Amino acid sequence: MAEDVRLLSAPFDPGTELTAFTAAQSSAGAVVSFTGVVRDAAGGGLQHMEIEHYPGMTETALADIRARACTRWPLSGAVVVHRHGILRPGEVIMMVATAARHRADAFAAAEYLMDYLKSRAPFWKREVTRDGATWVAARDVDEVAVARWE
Amino acid sequence: MTPDHDQTLDILYFAWVRERIGISREQVASSAPTPRALLGELAARDDRYAAAFADTGALRVAIDQTLADLDTPLAGAREVAIFPPMTGG
Repeated sequence: MAEDVRLLSAPFDPGTELTAFTAAQSSAGAVVSFTGVVRDAAGGGLQHMEIEHYPGMTETALADIRARACTRWPLSGAVVVHRHGILRPGEVIMMVATAARHRADAFAAAEYLMDYLKSRAPFWKREVTRDGATWVAARDVDEVAVARWE
Repeated sequence: MTPDHDQTLDILYFAWVRERIGISREQVASSAPTPRALLGELAARDDRYAAAFADTGALRVAIDQTLADLDTPLAGAREVAIFPPMTGG
């Protein structure tokens, strides 16, 4: 099976990832995946997104978040792929996939992974438009999302 | 536990904290017992730090690459990172 946690600067194909992940699951009855995409919130004005990260800590944080999901739910597999660097509108930022015997565990674990990746993994997004660059602000709802698991 | 003498810390800045200060890392000798005290020491240096650290509620810290609190003891720390709330996913 592919590595469980990957940090990439180059584009990746979530379909290929998901197919490989699913093929490696023989005891799971459910596979859930989530894919995050660069959206053009500026209404056609987004030139690109830049994702800064904290080399060293990022890899540890991703592995730790994944490990905690695996402890909390009976998963037969979980994968996290996240990009950094420069991304164009429409490109895939990240994906998670989880596999379990039953779908409730797979859905919950995927949501947990997403909630923690959003506000506990050291990534910072910046949107670049013709008018300049803006750091994406964290949202209060992201903290609420994490708090419900604690 | 408070360090009884200066310890050498590698300090890393990310995102808009890095931009406001103008550098991504530096080495500092400090006896600050906590990140909060360290922010105060740095803010007293010059306006760029003071501006970057004006709202401590908008800052997050990691000590030796683990998320920490502004009041987590710094004793024994080697690396402290200061950054805005994370926006991954």
